[in-house]
Amino acid sequence: MPQQLKMEEKPCCVALSVQPSRGLVDEKFVVLVQNTVPSCPLTIHASHQCEDGHSWHAFAHYTSDASGVINVSEDCSVGGTYSGVEAMGLLWSLKPVPGSKPGLRMRKKNVQAPMVITISVYKGHLTEGFGDQVPLAGTEVERWYMAPGVRRIAVTEDGLTATLFLPSGPGPFPGLLDLWGGGGQLVEYRAALLASHGIAAMALDYLTCKYTMETGKMVEQDYFEAAYTFLQKHPKVLSSRIAMLGLSLGTSITLKTAVYSEVMKLRCAVSISGSHVQPLDGFLKETLGYFNENSGKTCFTEDNEAIWRNLLLPIPTDPSLKVDVGKLQCPLMLIVGEDDQNWCAYESAMDIKEMMERAGNSHLLTLLSYPNAGHLIEPPYTPHARSSLFRDVKSRQMLMALWGGQTLEHSRAQEDAWRKLLVFLRKNLYGGVKSTSPLSNL
Amino acid sequence: MSLRSPPPILSVRPSRALVDEPFEVLVENLPPGGPVTVRSLHRSEDGDDWEAYGHYVSDHSGKVSVSEDLSFGGTFSGKQPMALLWSMRPVPGSRSGLRLRKLKVTTPMLVNISVYRGHNDFRDQTPLASAITERWYMAPGVHRVDIREEEVQGTLFIPPGPGPFPGVVDIWGGWGGLLEYRSALLASRGFASLTVEYLKPGELQTDLEFSSFEAAFNILKDHPKVLSDRVGVLGSSAGSIVTLYLAAESTAVQPRCVVCISNANCYPHESGLSGIQHLLAKKFDKIRLDENNHEIWRGIGLALLDDAPYKVDMGKIRSPVLLVNGLDDQNWPVLETADRMAQVVGAAGKAHLLYRLDYPNTGHQIEPPFSPHFRATNLAIDGTKDKAILLWGGETKAHSEAQEDSWKKILSFLRQHLYCSPKAKI
Repeated sequence: MPQQLKMEEKPCCVALSVQPSRGLVDEKFVVLVQNTVPSCPLTIHASHQCEDGHSWHAFAHYTSDASGVINVSEDCSVGGTYSGVEAMGLLWSLKPVPGSKPGLRMRKKNVQAPMVITISVYKGHLTEGFGDQVPLAGTEVERWYMAPGVRRIAVTEDGLTATLFLPSGPGPFPGLLDLWGGGGQLVEYRAALLASHGIAAMALDYLTCKYTMETGKMVEQDYFEAAYTFLQKHPKVLSSRIAMLGLSLGTSITLKTAVYSEVMKLRCAVSISGSHVQPLDGFLKETLGYFNENSGKTCFTEDNEAIWRNLLLPIPTDPSLKVDVGKLQCPLMLIVGEDDQNWCAYESAMDIKEMMERAGNSHLLTLLSYPNAGHLIEPPYTPHARSSLFRDVKSRQMLMALWGGQTLEHSRAQEDAWRKLLVFLRKNLYGGVKSTSPLSNL
Repeated sequence: MSLRSPPPILSVRPSRALVDEPFEVLVENLPPGGPVTVRSLHRSEDGDDWEAYGHYVSDHSGKVSVSEDLSFGGTFSGKQPMALLWSMRPVPGSRSGLRLRKLKVTTPMLVNISVYRGHNDFRDQTPLASAITERWYMAPGVHRVDIREEEVQGTLFIPPGPGPFPGVVDIWGGWGGLLEYRSALLASRGFASLTVEYLKPGELQTDLEFSSFEAAFNILKDHPKVLSDRVGVLGSSAGSIVTLYLAAESTAVQPRCVVCISNANCYPHESGLSGIQHLLAKKFDKIRLDENNHEIWRGIGLALLDDAPYKVDMGKIRSPVLLVNGLDDQNWPVLETADRMAQVVGAAGKAHLLYRLDYPNTGHQIEPPFSPHFRATNLAIDGTKDKAILLWGGETKAHSEAQEDSWKKILSFLRQHLYCSPKAKI
């Protein structure tokens, strides 16, 4: 308890507010500090303890203005984990605290509870020792993946390992199958966030699902068809408006499905950080087998981080080794980071574009290519991991994978890509009626 | 089945907010130039359904923005971004004389906002789209503490952060019981706030005296997270009597500033606060009934203005006082009371300490912003088992504007006097 000081010497009751104090993960907030001494050097600090118990923090150095105010959305940080005018820097520049285990990555497992972040303001420009000082003020912020009213439904019928998120309201809603990459698991947060934007999104585990864990075998195309059919038949889903979104290995499935599937007629598709290169014969097992054959092309940095981007390079000319995107009939959005060290996503995107231009269907393609962005292009304002520990599902080996990307540009890419992805989905899933269907009244 | 069109999309931003924060309701993907009704629905803790609705017309792109567009009827009209909250009333068929107040502040108020086709018979339809929004009294990190001392029972709310914080003792008026929501909101706005339980629900009878409130003030002042020389008092209705006493006559405590909402200023000295019910009962013959048989009590207060044995001597105030009153208050003669106080304060040379906010067409129950307005509500009269409907007054739109305006000004007044820097403009 600080000693009682004389009235004039007492520290000011600095007021710190974050608006909104409860927001969705992809919403911006305004961090405002008021009632400080004018022209005072201050540090704004964010801290978060993630679900596995690790501590993360971010901080930035500011100087209050003549009326004792700092507005993080308008003022310039002169140092810290980010610099410049960055309204959301306190979130996207979060890093594990010094002394943490290397190779950490922040991913929310329980999407029904918010991420809680403590924001504080300290006197002076600090870079360490935040735990030793009493801040001038502090507040808490909640960041939610689920909007109020979004319903989470575990799906185990038809042999599926999935979670469906239904938006608030009577529906019916457009649907989406959400696929992650080679790490497996049932990852729910992106689907939860999409449902908060009006899409009935189903996160699908296809690598560590019940079937694979029990039999040791990879799923085949019929597993994805079952997922698609489940959505199609669901009373709250519009059967003719189902999309697929895949990241990394999920892209391989998305592209193959979009072009070749007789059962799954996608309204549109989104592929993030992936490639069209895969043996056309066969499905998941054969695709993974192809990577394995090329595993000799793996490189390592001096810090022993694995670079897997060369596995599919050079982009083959043999058509039996690439999804024939020239035959694509639905809109496709490709999102790639030019510094992707894990997949050759950029080179693949260039080849896809060329193939579609030759075939005359490139009007269906929206290509978002981001300089200095890496592989893990996630929803916005979530921390960037340039590398992290990764357990390969097949080999069960734990390695440090290099994902790539420079934090500032990668974070900008996440923000821009997410916004454009939502617009793309809104336009294709909510907009326009196809010319073949009769106009219907609501 | 496969040819159904995608539905309209209704969004509320922010979807989670504090109760005094505005929101924007937007509907998209509607048929262009079509009539729709946007409706809010809330089930209260008592199990009653409350609703508000506006009739809109979508634009060429199929959009309706409640913040920007005009309502052409319903429970409100014109451009009213927040009327889906403040114009709420019980749905048709409900019991009469109801009041909406949240008792459990650790959970949010859930409001369902929907859009329906057309301007008629919308209650029979399935909505085209809907969204749920959460309205919170407690910001994340606000800490709630039960206070159970011998003399003082109540609840303390502490803002998040290291503190220490300025404090506000929160004193309600008659019949409320232990009401936590205003203190919770004050804590969400940076003030450690203690709400005191002294009147059981449905009662005007209390065993507490002024000394109990002095004890409450000290509990707050001495709390390790509170700045002991920056504690104020906020009182409403009968609670303003205690507030004024603490501001002017208490020798035990000295609030740094006080706010009185719907002020009253009379008490029977020989029995103190515990005699208030009896004092009022002596003048029950002054109760008038309006055309709906609702009881107008302001006549009691008028009679007591001259007859009351004791008033707090406002000439003795030692700190700034803010009075917030509604000019259509049918429960208490707040304007006349305030005028008398102003005379006394002026005569004592302390006019610079008195601030007044007088709101036209505003009633007695001046609540935090966007709370629904009740012109009259039920009251069980203690000891008689009778139910009466008391008229509070106010016209809904003006009253709601007064709630919104007064809350901002009350917070600004509290910040100016309880936060450090005299030049603070927060």
